[in-house]
Amino acid sequence: MKKVFGRPESLTEVPFTYCPGCHHGIAHRLVAEVLDEFKVRENTIGVCPVGCSVFAYLFFNVDMICAAHGRAPATATGIKRVKPDSIVFTYQGDGDLASIGTAEIVHAANRGENITVIFINNAIYGMTGGQMAPTTLVGQVTQTSPYGRDPKTMGYPIKMAEMLSTLKRAAYISRVALNKPANIIKAKKSIKKAFQVQLDKKGFSMVEILSTCPTNWGLSPIEASKWLEENMIPYFPLGEFRTPEEVA
Amino acid sequence: MAKIVIDEERCKGCELCLAACPKHILVMSENFNKKGYHPAKQINPEECTGCAFCAMTCPDVAIEVFK
Repeated sequence: MKKVFGRPESLTEVPFTYCPGCHHGIAHRLVAEVLDEFKVRENTIGVCPVGCSVFAYLFFNVDMICAAHGRAPATATGIKRVKPDSIVFTYQGDGDLASIGTAEIVHAANRGENITVIFINNAIYGMTGGQMAPTTLVGQVTQTSPYGRDPKTMGYPIKMAEMLSTLKRAAYISRVALNKPANIIKAKKSIKKAFQVQLDKKGFSMVEILSTCPTNWGLSPIEASKWLEENMIPYFPLGEFRTPEEVA
Repeated sequence: MAKIVIDEERCKGCELCLAACPKHILVMSENFNKKGYHPAKQINPEECTGCAFCAMTCPDVAIEVFK
């Protein structure tokens, strides 16, 4: 018998610190598998965010730097410009990328920095205990929107993939989900494409990954996967919003 | 012929693999692991097709698949 599925080399043996059923682990594995498949593990530099995945440097078996909150794309810009032949990626949550780090991500994409951004969108702040994020859905109850998000005072959830795909220098922007095996397979293909864009030096790439936060949503992991499918995917449609062919 | 190996100490008992298994041959063990979770375990191993859906959905990369 041959091993057909196992732990990728780009992950360390350290057990993840995430809650049971949290999709961060799946996203970590997909990124690690892609790095293995491109055989770039020893030439990769990752940038961790602030948030639940702040400890990603313990889990990825590559060189990692932890950026200040939201500043991962700026840190990655510096690394990539100094070491243009290294593969540079950031791994950020929605509080990090879509709230405090909005300026950094918009301008990194606008400059067409040749980096890959893995953006985890779970519609809530995880590490700090379930506060409303810019991506929280209308009506969604969180610690800071106890009566549900009201767009009259709190605005509508920001669609980062659509927003960044309006920028001419963004080469590859897509949105995927991790709620079932079929979507996980598609997510991996998309992550692979994003890293391929960077390897081909075509410019900025970002994959927005819809994932669950069972603990702060107050649902079991299986219920959370269903909630994602029924509530998040209709508002955050899956697909590719920008491909390298459209880049001027 | 296919086989899965579950690393019981990595398992956090989230049950996502149970929902993903098309053959419904994964259940939660009655035993506890060191973290205090009930880990997943396989019943009727001869029915396993090695599709790896359980391993794909496992957020803790606790399942290996052999074929």
